[in-house]
Amino acid sequence: MSDPTAASIVSTPPATMPTEAGSGAPTNAGLPESQQKQQKPRGLLGDAWLDLRRKPLFWISAAFIVLFLLMAAFPSLFTSGDAVNGTLSRSRVEPSADAWFGYDVQGRDVFARTIYGARASIVVAVLSTMGTLLIGGAMGIIAGYRGGWVDALLSRIADIFFGLPFVLGSIVILTTFNGAGTDNGEWQIMGLVIMSLTVLSWPVTMRLMRSSVLATKEADYIVAARALGAGTGRIILKHLLPNCLAPLLVYGTIMVGSFIGAEATLSFLGIGLKTPVVSWGIMISEAQNYIRVSPYLLFFPSAFLVAAVLSFVMLGEAVREALDPKLR
Amino acid sequence: MSEQSAPGADGSGRPSGRLLEVDDLRVEFRTRDGVAKVINGVTYHVDAGETLAVLGESGSGKSVTAQTIMGILDTPPGFVTGGQVRFHGKDMLAMSAEQRRRIRGEGIAMIFQDSLSALNPVFTVGFQIAEQFRIRRGMSRADAKKRAIEMLDQVKIPNAKGRYSNYPHQFSGGMRQRAMIAMSLALDPEVLIADEPTTALDVTVQAQIMDLLGELQRERQMGMILITHDLGVVADVADRIAVMYAGRIVEEADVYDLYAKPAHPYTLGLLNSIPRMDEKGQELRTIKGLPPNLMNIPPGCPFNPRCPMAQPVCREKLPPLLQVGRSRASACHFAEELVNRD
Amino acid sequence: MTENIIEVRDLVKHYPVTRGIVFKKTIGQVKAVDGVSFELKAGETLGVVGESGCGKSTLARVLMNLERPTAGQVLYKGQDISKLSGGALRRLRRQIQLVMQDPYTSLNPRMTVGDLIGEPFEIHPDVAPRGSRRSKVKELLDLVGLNPEHINRYPHQFSGGQRQRIGIARALALRPEVIVCDEPVSALDVSIQAQVMNLLEKLQAEFGLSYVFIAHDLSVVRHLSDRVAVMYLGKMVEIGTEDEIYERPTHPYTQALLSAVPVPDPTLRDNKAIIRLTGDVPSPVSPPSGCRFRTRCWKAQDICAQEVPLLQIRRGSDHPSACHFAEKREIVATHEAA
Repeated sequence: MSDPTAASIVSTPPATMPTEAGSGAPTNAGLPESQQKQQKPRGLLGDAWLDLRRKPLFWISAAFIVLFLLMAAFPSLFTSGDAVNGTLSRSRVEPSADAWFGYDVQGRDVFARTIYGARASIVVAVLSTMGTLLIGGAMGIIAGYRGGWVDALLSRIADIFFGLPFVLGSIVILTTFNGAGTDNGEWQIMGLVIMSLTVLSWPVTMRLMRSSVLATKEADYIVAARALGAGTGRIILKHLLPNCLAPLLVYGTIMVGSFIGAEATLSFLGIGLKTPVVSWGIMISEAQNYIRVSPYLLFFPSAFLVAAVLSFVMLGEAVREALDPKLR
Repeated sequence: MSEQSAPGADGSGRPSGRLLEVDDLRVEFRTRDGVAKVINGVTYHVDAGETLAVLGESGSGKSVTAQTIMGILDTPPGFVTGGQVRFHGKDMLAMSAEQRRRIRGEGIAMIFQDSLSALNPVFTVGFQIAEQFRIRRGMSRADAKKRAIEMLDQVKIPNAKGRYSNYPHQFSGGMRQRAMIAMSLALDPEVLIADEPTTALDVTVQAQIMDLLGELQRERQMGMILITHDLGVVADVADRIAVMYAGRIVEEADVYDLYAKPAHPYTLGLLNSIPRMDEKGQELRTIKGLPPNLMNIPPGCPFNPRCPMAQPVCREKLPPLLQVGRSRASACHFAEELVNRD
Repeated sequence: MTENIIEVRDLVKHYPVTRGIVFKKTIGQVKAVDGVSFELKAGETLGVVGESGCGKSTLARVLMNLERPTAGQVLYKGQDISKLSGGALRRLRRQIQLVMQDPYTSLNPRMTVGDLIGEPFEIHPDVAPRGSRRSKVKELLDLVGLNPEHINRYPHQFSGGQRQRIGIARALALRPEVIVCDEPVSALDVSIQAQVMNLLEKLQAEFGLSYVFIAHDLSVVRHLSDRVAVMYLGKMVEIGTEDEIYERPTHPYTQALLSAVPVPDPTLRDNKAIIRLTGDVPSPVSPPSGCRFRTRCWKAQDICAQEVPLLQIRRGSDHPSACHFAEKREIVATHEAA
């Protein structure tokens, strides 16, 4: 959740020269006709898609993501085990053909728990990302487009939130509302975690959006639209947003990954989700006391966590490369 | 294309022979969408003390040729696939990186269109000039500074001493272009390549810069390659002109011959399509269509789809650049007819 | 046909130069346009020439009402457009349209050509009923010489000249009376430039358009203009018919400008009387007192520093010229080229 990434992703794709490699000019002239041969016209996003399709990195990470999403949506497709209830007699039974990942301290099926754990992690991450993108994006557009004192005010507010250390901030928020002794339901806790992640992360997306809007709003085509008599709404929705969205899209994908990690961290610290909810973070937290004797208890949820985080980060990277006109 | 001899400025004394020769140069750009044949056998040369203008529209390959000469072609996507660039008879493309580096600046220097991005914004203009004397000539700090101020003075920057410690953004466009000229001439190069040196400048400043370049060239007896799309500028300063189209030279001639009677329909079309200050109101005679896609250059003469004179032969056979008359060459099947018409 | 469609009176546009982020302090004014008056007649082309920083692009923005003037008026058929807002302003926009310089940046890369040219109809829905829009767009494409089949393509699939045609089609969509062309051909190659200029002329004849044609290329301006105004550092220094400005210029700046234009004819190299101006254009933040051109003028006298020369018809000039010493001077090059 640090800002530096922002700089590298802000590659507003304003009306770039025809997408060409290298020094541009020499091959420009010829381009139009080369494109005429393609029957289907494609936009810049279409170009990005063509580019993505050729990347193995994209396909691998996308496959993993689909797998995790399926897990989150239909865990019963993957396992018939019971994630919540166990038999103490099977406590810490090692992996076998019967239970691939073994049993945990309370005799619950680790495989089933790992599968069911995907849901909490992914729901939290996806919803927090959406919240962050919506709030940050909207604030960024307002600040960037209006400018002046609105911009100054919003930017200072964002700075204050940005100044809060992420882990400390969420500990403060969550111990206040979700500390020991509170009795929140599963969805309430999820909501709280999502809120704390969103509240502490929106300034990054706002900055991203704001710089992207600032770079785009002076573009000639915006002036041209104003000259036609287009209103503010049309300019923002039709001209500004589509051209500013790419960096946000990339950042959002990466953010899902890092939020999965953040959710696990908070659960591990005991202030995020709590049993009986199943999540990878809780599993890791429970496994920490048995690392020496039953390392597999830690290994399987961690492996899934790392795989999920990596898939999203790599997908984001692939999308960024495809959208960045400079790399073409 | 070896029969193409040198239509020298006046054919008389050539003091140092062929200074810089480009011989059948071929460059292609390998991009995601395919291979663009940017330069397809370009041959030209420049002698000491003469100005060769390379004229062409965007995409004609005029700047890529210059970048290849300077060894600053972006690789990838650009790859030299054939030909030679000879400086004093030695092929530069076969030289080591170190040897080429030594030629840059002292042998061949280049000035660019966009002086703001060509100068480093974090160093003063004076420092950037002085640095060359220190690194390449091993001068002391004080001597280098003195030489740098002399250079600024030579390019007629008023108050050169005071301007020495200014940063590029403190200069106006014209002044910056002068500073860049000072920088490229610092090591006394034998050939100066000027790539659209005045395109970004206003008319009155453009005139000043062209005057300055011409003066410095005469003083130093440099060979100059002026790359431009502006037929007006060319008419003012060039000795010879090479017209490029789709990565080829389509016509090369003495400046007077070329304007009086173009020997290639493309040149003729270009001359016809510029609005002139003395002809008001008539419709401009344009060249129809667009330049070809360099990934898919039409067979035969690359100009044939746009050419008003095109015949079946033009779609089949690529016309080589051949001598027409005494001091000119044209790559058109009907060059003789063009030259001999009234 | 002598009706004034646009009248500009003492137009001033200053941009404040500020320092500080939270507490902004105005430390000066960029005097981009500083007292400009002219009129545009129905069906004519008024060329505006000048070098960078002379205020011609600011003039275009104020004419388009993209910026409010600091002072002065822009009258469209007697109505002050800078006072309009809301619906009235939107209705006015139908009458005055803009063609911009850079065909690469003036089209939204995420919209298809059909959406781009159709956008004016969406903003002004009463101009064309929804059902007829697509065919209107196709008509427009055809009109500017593009293939109507290409309606679903994106701008990056077109070359510079074709994109400029798209920009022109967009400006034409609402059938305006005036089109402000801000350097419409400067970014194009010579052979393409000629095609676009011919198109502009054809459209003018067909629709009776009036153009304000802003450019730095003097030969392009002469080719298209009926009357020409020359700007220097925010002021208009000379205005007259194309013939008066190009054949009998009386302001020293115009003379210098004209003589500096390279003529594509090598035989004129040696007998051209070129006036070489020294130095650069001063900063518009603190322009010289009196006549703004005096710092580069070879005729400058004491009076030039003290008194601002008005743009008026003077002894020695048959058309308005803002020089205390206006007089004719042969510009050799423009005549004998042929």
